[in-house]
Amino acid sequence: MQPVTLTLPMITDMELTASHTAGALGRQIGMASDQIDEIKQAVVEACINAFEHSGAIRREVVVQLDVLGTDDAPEGMRISVRDFGTGFNLDRARNPRGERLVDLKRGHGLRIIEGLMDEIHIESDGGGTTVVMTKLR
Amino acid sequence: MTESLKLTVDERDDGLAVVYTDGYINNQGGEEIAATAYRLIDAGHRKLLLNLAETKIVNSIGISILIEIIEKMLEIDGQLSFCCLTPTIAKTFHIMGLAQYAQIHETEEEALAALT
Repeated sequence: MQPVTLTLPMITDMELTASHTAGALGRQIGMASDQIDEIKQAVVEACINAFEHSGAIRREVVVQLDVLGTDDAPEGMRISVRDFGTGFNLDRARNPRGERLVDLKRGHGLRIIEGLMDEIHIESDGGGTTVVMTKLR
Repeated sequence: MTESLKLTVDERDDGLAVVYTDGYINNQGGEEIAATAYRLIDAGHRKLLLNLAETKIVNSIGISILIEIIEKMLEIDGQLSFCCLTPTIAKTFHIMGLAQYAQIHETEEEALAALT
């Protein structure tokens, strides 16, 4: 299955568009409803983090959804959420010490994503942040 | 266009009020719940139950506002409980630490029995 790519403006409730799309893809590949709900929640948090805390002048995020495995035997879903903001300190977000509010606030969403998804990988620098999340069937 | 949250309130005689949510609890929805909760507190209610049966998704900003309501209830020796959460929302509440300060019940009957 070809990846699904969405370019979303950072406007109210646009995170739900990404979430609904992930849900539809999850249903298409036969994921369990609880797994789909967890993916949808994690996608909302990743988008909200980008919308609220990226500090991006370019007010859009790119969401890519990939089915893992083959069309006949899908193994799960990988979702990446990319913003074009100023980046953040991952260590501080995970272990907040009150130094930068942006890191503290990022931390809430990251904890939720880490708790709901099987794998999470984050790349962040001065050109933006990409959160890559994986849920296996 | 925003996906608005609908609230229904059942004010009971015993200082208890049940607030039913229908829709997405984001920052706007959280603020609407908070405004309703503070109105109920001002009206003398000290026990609030939030029934989330018709809410299928929340976000961390909305949850942060729910935590502020819990803090307010603790200040006045009141109690805020939740019931009828989806498994994912229940899991998210636990991850956010909300479950440390508020009781979470599977059914409204169970919650009412614990609050009365």
